[in-house]
Parts: sequence; structure tokens; C-alpha cells
Amino acid sequence: MEVGVKMGMKGGGDEVGGKEKEKMGYEETELRLGLPGDGEVVRKRDFSHTVDLKLNLISTSPTDDKDKNIVPSHLDPAKPPPAKAQVVGWPPVRSFRKNMLATQKSSGSEDSGEKAAFVKVSMDGAPYLRKVDLRMYKTYQQLSDALAKMFSSFTIGNCGSQGLLKDFMNESKLMDLLNGSDYVPTYEDKDGDWMLVGDVPWEMFIESCKRLRIMKGTEAIGLAPRAMEKCKNRS
Amino acid sequence: MNYFPDEVLEHVFDFITSHKDRNSVSLVCKSWYKIERYSRQRVFIGNCYSISPERLIARFPGLKSLTLKGKPHFADFNLVPHDWGGFVYPWIKALAKSRIGLEELRLKRMVVSDESLELLSKSFVNFKSLVLVSCEGFTTDGLAAIAANCRFLRELDLQENEVDDHRGHWLSCFPESCTSLISLNFACLRGEVNLGALERLVSRSPNLKSLRLNRAVPLDTLQKLLMRAPQLVDLGIGSYVHDPFSEAYNKLKIAIQRCKSIRSLSGFLEVAPHCMSAIYPICGNLTFLNLSYAPGLHGNKLMKLIQHCRKLQRLWILDCIGDKGLGVVALTCKELQELRVFPSDPFEAENAAVTEEGLVLVSAGCPKLNSLLYFCQQMTNAALITVAKNCPNFIRFRLCILDPMKPDPVTNQPLDEGFGAIVQSCKGLKRLSLSGHLTDQVFLYIGMYAEQLEMLSIAFAANSDKGMLYVLNGCKKLRKLEIRDCPFGDAALLEDVGKYETMRSLWMSSCEVTLGGCKSVAEKMPSLNVEIIDESEQMEFNLDDKQKVDKMYLYRTLVGHRKDAPEYVWIL
Repeated sequence: MEVGVKMGMKGGGDEVGGKEKEKMGYEETELRLGLPGDGEVVRKRDFSHTVDLKLNLISTSPTDDKDKNIVPSHLDPAKPPPAKAQVVGWPPVRSFRKNMLATQKSSGSEDSGEKAAFVKVSMDGAPYLRKVDLRMYKTYQQLSDALAKMFSSFTIGNCGSQGLLKDFMNESKLMDLLNGSDYVPTYEDKDGDWMLVGDVPWEMFIESCKRLRIMKGTEAIGLAPRAMEKCKNRS
Repeated sequence: MNYFPDEVLEHVFDFITSHKDRNSVSLVCKSWYKIERYSRQRVFIGNCYSISPERLIARFPGLKSLTLKGKPHFADFNLVPHDWGGFVYPWIKALAKSRIGLEELRLKRMVVSDESLELLSKSFVNFKSLVLVSCEGFTTDGLAAIAANCRFLRELDLQENEVDDHRGHWLSCFPESCTSLISLNFACLRGEVNLGALERLVSRSPNLKSLRLNRAVPLDTLQKLLMRAPQLVDLGIGSYVHDPFSEAYNKLKIAIQRCKSIRSLSGFLEVAPHCMSAIYPICGNLTFLNLSYAPGLHGNKLMKLIQHCRKLQRLWILDCIGDKGLGVVALTCKELQELRVFPSDPFEAENAAVTEEGLVLVSAGCPKLNSLLYFCQQMTNAALITVAKNCPNFIRFRLCILDPMKPDPVTNQPLDEGFGAIVQSCKGLKRLSLSGHLTDQVFLYIGMYAEQLEMLSIAFAANSDKGMLYVLNGCKKLRKLEIRDCPFGDAALLEDVGKYETMRSLWMSSCEVTLGGCKSVAEKMPSLNVEIIDESEQMEFNLDDKQKVDKMYLYRTLVGHRKDAPEYVWIL
């Protein structure tokens, strides 16, 4: 529907952002002049027509959402909702503001990511649990540092300056760790299984991690069969 | 009156600061006119084409501060082509040639070239303050010239300008000797700045009270800046993204706590919402909070932040605050005077998260509310009537229902009664913007009750010429009228052309006025410039008086037709 659309002006086409274009479904080039005959007849001169169109759009959209069963034949829920006729200069928002918000939207997905991924963190022996947003970190090391800080008051320097994970990755230290009173980070994944933190790539980890538990080393033995194996062999 | 020597009168006039009052004073008699003009230091020109720089200079030789506005208001919404006009260069050139000791220049909606900024920076030894709002046409090179040459610069305030950012080192152009900065706002710039230069600049500016950073300033720089400037009163944060468990965040918390004078907070152009607790210590003192560029902040985190701001007088926010969030505002911000709720998704009316409910809550909880800008999904007459009862003190009431011509969704009636209640209750109303489904009736109310109204914005409203006539006949103090997409034609336009001389300007676009009608106004009123803006080149081929005019802008002027209009502007 071309009513009420006058896209592109000689002066500057930047006001009609890319997002709007997608919605309109136009494949034409960016600057599209509203030809005198076109826009005039339909948009400006006939107010009753414009009013009808607007009311039409208003009345059809609620039915779209509410009754998926009883869909009017001309509306197909599979298709995206009909593009609202965009009126030039409406809503009356400064173009600076429009541009700024558009920029923030597009780069926002890189920076702060999607919704935060908060998971509970429990530590054996600690009186209460904590929560961390996994999306705040980019590597296991960062997470490890953060956890160490969080629970530093409850361990008496057992984590070591390098954090929980590094020691754990080192096999000889692993033995000490597992036999000693050091702590080991574990997590519950989507399937409900308790896994050792650090095996899978970070991205995969934050997708599947539902909660974290910092276990006492002695209790973590069951989770590290290979290490156990070696442990047995050496002793 | 003339028993007093001139110096005494001059001294008395010093106490008269408002432009309106000084203008009145100058009209009393010749000697008062003379004394007033020599002592006048601040001049406000609401339309740069109403007077020429030469006449300004001739009348006010003691001019120190000039405020100029260029393009019509609807230019903000892309209804006016970029090169329509509003160039500041001729003003600066004329002032530079004269003996005027310009110290302050404030521009709004004007075209400012680098050349003008450079000329400005070199022509006035005591230049102190440059404020640019919604301007365009310059790059960071122009800013570099200001930084480098204005030795006593106190204020550089850039608000919502379209600046071509060359990522140059404009900040580094402030010389070591520049220690006079009081206010620095570059939040609208998109490019990188030299962080070291910024830190050094702030360090050597002991009087710095206002600092608004852009997005390119990271958190650890912010922390360093705050440590160097704990005396700040107004802070605009650029990027606020960090790890809540990092050292940088701890340092920031300490730095913020030292800033006990901060009363105004804005920015958060990039924000990690779970780190807002560092800000809580200063929230209790805030009188102005602007989160309208922080779409990342919403929901509970936002509400929690607001709950700490008990002294807030002005709040600018995005509609993702929701009606519920506005409820929190109503409970917390009892001192609130001004509320602006902007759309976070300007293109999709359905996503607008606030409705009439939020507004009613705020009106009930904040009795001091006097200024409103509210973008919402819908409005009802009942709500407006309640708001009118709760808040009779509105001076500015601007309501924008995102879906044009939307009626009251409960009754399906037009919103005439609701807005009618507003104008009847708010006897001091000076500015009004209408939206939604409206008939001639609302204009009858406006004409009858809005006695103090100075500016009215109308879109997609009315049934006939009567609407416009009610307003023109009734609103005696009307100065600016802007209309788009209304069925007002020549009969309304021509009813009382003398009225336009009492106003600053009239804008009509996509209405029913014809070329003939506009010509008629121009003929009858030589003191008005009647401009037709027509980009479709129709005017070149078809000069039929009966054809409808797409955009008309008329304004009173003392200097006749302007010479800088582009080819698609016809001045009748």
C-alpha cells in the first residue's frame, strides 16, 4: 500500500533508516521521489480515504494476535504483519534521536548481548548462594576470577592466586586438588547432568549451563574419571 | 521619568533581564529607547530571517550575547529540506566586521559551517560560550578551531547536532593555557576522542561544572575524570559497560561517591544494567535525570534506580519504562515538574509501552507537574480529564499518540473533550501539541480557554476551516502555529491576515491552502515573507492559482525577502 508514503527527499535520505526499508519490503533504491500525481491524489487530498485506511489498520491488528484459529482469509499469520504506512515526519521525533536509537539497536547486540544469563552459584559450606551473569564474561578464566572473588571470604586461601580452574587444568596439581580440600567448579547442564567446568568451548558452556556448584575437591572425584584413573595408577 | 540622569535609568534597566520586558521598556519613549539599546547585552532572535545582522549591530552596539533560531520547528522531523536556509555565516561575518565584542553565541536549528566556526574563533577575543542545538553543517575541524583559538572559552555545549566526525584531535587543540572551561558537552559526537587529552583538559579545568561525554569514552576514563573533577554538578556518562567484579568498577564506585555535587545525570549511551548500583549514592541528590538515550536500561533495574531519586524535578525517559515504571515515578518523585517520555521504537506504534494509565498515575502522584512530553500508544478522554483535574499547572502539554488519528479506544470518540479539559483547567498553558482523532470541537475549546497559549502544534486533525478560525480568533497570545495534514484552506488562511503580524510564524503543510490563497496573503501583508516549499518542481510548470500548496511557511520580518533561498523555495 502506498498511501501515506512519501519516501526519500532530495535533501537527505538518511531519515528513512534501513529498518524501515525492510518493513516496507521495497526493493527500490533508497531515494524514491514521491511523484506529484502519486502521493498527492492518494495521501493529501482525500482525508476520508486516509482516515479509513488508518482505522482499518487499527481494527485488523488486534484480531491478528488474539485469534490465530479464526484468521480472516486475507490475513496469513505466517507472513509478517502488514507494514504500517509510514508517514513522513511522524512520529514527531528529532531525526538525531531516531538515528541514535537505530545505531544503539544495531550495535547493542554486540555489546551487551541478549538477555543476561544469570545462574545460581552454590559453594559447599557457604551459608548462601550467589548469582552470576555468564554473559558478563568471555573466557573461563574471567569466570574463575569472578567466582574466586565472590567466595573468597569462605575459603581460607584454598583457591590459590591463579583461581580454581587453572590449578584444575594442571594434572599434577589436580591430584593435590582432588585429594586436598581445594574446590572444583562444576555445573548442571541442560540435561540435568553434573559436569566439570572447562571441557567445552565457552560459548557452548554458557548455552548449556543451568547452575554452578563449587564442590569440595574430595567430592569432585566422581566427575573426573580420567584423573581418577591416573590417580589410581600412580598410587 | 526624565528627571533621572541616564546613568540611573541604565542602572535600573540592569535589573530588567527578560527579553520581553526589555523590549517593552524600549517602547516607552525615545530616551528610554536610547538608554535601553546602549545598555542591552543579550539579544534573542527567534527567527533569523526577521531581522538582518546589520540592523542588529546598529541598534545594540553593546551586544555580548546573541541567540538565533533558524529553521522552522518541523525541520526537526524532516519536513524541511536540508538546504532550506538558516545559515549562520552571514551573521558571524557581519559581527566580525563590526566592533561588537561578542562573548556568547547560542544557535538552534541553524546551518553552521566549519568556515563560520573558524571565523568566530578568530574574531572575538573575549568569546566565552558556544551553544549549538540541533544544528548541522560542521565537522570536528570546526570544533578544533574553537578549541585552539578561543583563549577564554568557558562553555562548549553541543546538543543533538549532526556533526561530521573526522575523528581528528579536536580535543587536543585546547592549549595548555586553557584552564577556563566550565561546561563541556560533546555527547552527540560519534567518533573517538583523544582520551589522554581529555584527561589532561579536565585536570587543568578547576571550574569545570558540567561534563557530558560521548559513547567513545570508556568506563576507566570516566573513573579517572571523576577523580579529577569531584566538583561536577552535571555529568553525562558515555559508555557504562563493565564487569561488576572488576577493579575498574570498584574504582568507579569510589570516584562516584566523591562527587557530592552532582545534580544532573544523563547519557548511558551504552549501558550494562546490572551495574547501576554504583550510581545509587548520587541519586538522592539528583534534580535532573535523562535516560532517554539508554534503551539498555529498563524493567526492574530502571525502577530500582528511580526509587533512589527522591528529589527529581525533571525526568527524561524512554517508554520502555512502561506504565508500571511510571507508577514508581509517581510514588517516588514528589518534586517532579517536567516529564518527557520518548518512544524507544519510533516506527512501531504497537510496541509503545506506555498508555494513558502511566500518565494518570504520574498526574496523581506528582502535583507539581507543569511540563509534559508524552509519546504513547493510546489515550482516553477520561484519562485526560483526570490529568487536567490533578495537574492544573501545566505550562507545556505535548501529547503524541503514535498512531495518527487514533480515537479514544474505550469509547471510540475523538479526544476533543479530553484536550478541552486540559485547556480549561490549565489557565497558564503556553504550549500545546495535539494528536489522536480530533474534530473542530477541540479547537473551539482551545479558542475559548487557552488564553495564554503561545505555541500550538496540530497534526491530522479537524473537519473544516472552522477549526483554524477558532484558534486564530481566540488565542490572543499565539506566536507560533504549525499545522500538518489538516483540512484547512484559503478561507481560514485569509480570514484575518493581520493576525500573522502579531505572530512569529505560521507553518502549514499538506493542508488545503492554494497558491492563490498564499499569494493573496503576500499581497495584503508586505511585512510577511510567504514561502512556498515545493521540491516536486510542480511550480515551475504549473502556476495555476488553484493548485494546492504542499508546504507554506510564513513569518513576519523587517527586512523583506531573503536572498539565500534555494530554488525550490518561492517567496511570494
